[in-house]
Amino acid sequence: MAQTLYEKLWQAHVVADEGQGMALLYIDRMLLHEVSSPQAFAGLRDRGLKPRRTKPYLAVADHAVPTRQRLQIKDERALAQVELLAANCEEVGFEYLALDDLRQGIVHVIGPELGFTLPGVTLVCGDSHSATHGAFGALAFGIGTSEIECVLATQVLRQKPLKTMRVTIDGVMPEGVSAKDVVLNLIGQLGASGAVGYALEYAGSAVRAMSMEARMTLCNMTIEAGARIGLVAPDATTIAYLAGRPRVPDPLPAKKWLALASDEHAAFDRELALEASQIAPMVSWGTSPDQVVPVSGTVPTGAGVQQLEYMGLSAGDKLAGLPIDRVFIGSCTNGRIEDLRAAAAVVGTNRVAPSVGAIVVPGSGQVRAQAESEGLDQVFIQAGFEWRLPGCSLCVAMNDDRLAPGERCASTSNRNFEGRQGIGARTHLMSPAMAAAAAIRGHIVDVRELLV
Amino acid sequence: MEPFTRLSSRAAPLPQANVDTDIILPARFLLITEKRGLGQYAFYEWRKGGDFVLDQPRWQGALVLVAGDNFGCGSSREHAPWALHDLGIRCIVAPGFGEIFRANMLRNGMLPVTLIEADWRKVMGAAELGEPVTVDLLSGLIMLANGSNFEFALPEDEREALLNGWDEIDGIRARFGEAITAFETRQRVTAPWLWEHEKEPTDG
Ligand code: SF4
Repeated sequence: MAQTLYEKLWQAHVVADEGQGMALLYIDRMLLHEVSSPQAFAGLRDRGLKPRRTKPYLAVADHAVPTRQRLQIKDERALAQVELLAANCEEVGFEYLALDDLRQGIVHVIGPELGFTLPGVTLVCGDSHSATHGAFGALAFGIGTSEIECVLATQVLRQKPLKTMRVTIDGVMPEGVSAKDVVLNLIGQLGASGAVGYALEYAGSAVRAMSMEARMTLCNMTIEAGARIGLVAPDATTIAYLAGRPRVPDPLPAKKWLALASDEHAAFDRELALEASQIAPMVSWGTSPDQVVPVSGTVPTGAGVQQLEYMGLSAGDKLAGLPIDRVFIGSCTNGRIEDLRAAAAVVGTNRVAPSVGAIVVPGSGQVRAQAESEGLDQVFIQAGFEWRLPGCSLCVAMNDDRLAPGERCASTSNRNFEGRQGIGARTHLMSPAMAAAAAIRGHIVDVRELLV
Repeated sequence: MEPFTRLSSRAAPLPQANVDTDIILPARFLLITEKRGLGQYAFYEWRKGGDFVLDQPRWQGALVLVAGDNFGCGSSREHAPWALHDLGIRCIVAPGFGEIFRANMLRNGMLPVTLIEADWRKVMGAAELGEPVTVDLLSGLIMLANGSNFEFALPEDEREALLNGWDEIDGIRARFGEAITAFETRQRVTAPWLWEHEKEPTDG
């Protein structure tokens, strides 16, 4: 029978069928970070167990790490958490990328960079944006800490198969429009819970034309529509990205990986189509990632009072022209080299508006080094951006970077939740090019105005 | 894990949809590396005014939370259900849940009840009035003081695990150790690149 990519990945990892749709799924790889893992290591220790395997693990600190300098973490709790991860890994023999390691960075950026993320594997992480790795045709999803403990102890998870949804994106994205705009548009259509219970597969000519970086942006935000999994079938682009990376087998099993693609007549539980040429640069206006409009749009009349009050907006307000205080370019959604290139191209020889504090935070040490070798750091620095060290930074208010109450931020991250960037902080999600444009103008603006 | 069978208590109403895990437990408290004692930080921002539902005398000691749709969406942080558990919450009734949050609840002996909108409204009504609500997992019913009952469904495996307070890891190790080893032996042949430089797996 014809199978989807998801079904193939699932079937290849079933250890045992428990009946009632419940299966034991083998987990090939797990990424660990400092926030979600301590209680899992402690739990394992309480049980008197050791991890079943040690090689399929890679650990890195990212959430709590400061991005100005990182070798002296001032926040005692952050320091203790980072040190605990290192100690836990040392104790059980997991590879841990220390803060002074060039390869260090955000867990979802480094996994693919180091060839830890491979097509055909099951990959989990105690982090909801694990969907990112689905861009390689890996069955990747976020799990809780109890599940981390379960994987450590048994290398399996009890799971039920999800329904499948194919999102076909055909056509060519207009200039100034990126994968971020596509996925924001999609989340707006589906709603924040619209894809709960589904594994999404992205298909269509626009997806095939995307780089791996763009596909990762797409898959990364799948969780914001409620789906734990976002997938793209491996193709020549995937193979070319992976070839020669540290953990990638040589010769790589290209044939096997390409065969993972959904069969021609495979049936999906739900189908959705998007026309790429119709998508405009998107901006979020509220406190949920589905509250988005094209940059030419206005805050909708049906908007909730609580959101409007929090965001300091009224129904009917125009997004374009809205003054911003801060700009954040980075995160596991948009902290890759291509994102920095797109932002730098918009910046050019312009300068950041005097009223704006803007930072660029590369997703990893390797992204940072690559950007520097291309001179992108100089473009940003000369324009007045701060050029930071890798980390989650302003994506999540648990390190040194956060917004002051009421500050409005053009952000390339993935969540505009209340308090996500700091208590009372107002987040507008958008693409790197749009955030760069906002930095220059000092207000939200259609990046295409700067491209002509 | 402590078993869940049946409980009666007042239910705290929190009708907003899409209450995400950053609201349930703000990120800065994720620096805490313990499971216990997180209750004081639950809904931290929303509680600042002092009139948050869980702090009002009427809902003191509530074991049940009646929440809006897509409750617990957002991040995978298990700190969110840990914090609610620490506050005493054992059951959450909602039209829908964030998927990872729901899975995390189950692994902490907490019951997620999904009700259709019409039934949910009635339970919400009782919650708002501060009336007692009984949740019975054995019969799969929510009972209100006025005598009305609402059926809820839970997949059998989840129901059994909660009723018995089963420990997932112990269960897997006891029942599937051989199956896991057999899978690994097969995968060494079908995908040897996943096993390079690795000795035999050890079972604990
Ligand atoms: S960058 Fe943001 S979303 Fe990504 S892992 Fe870090 S905190 Fe999570």
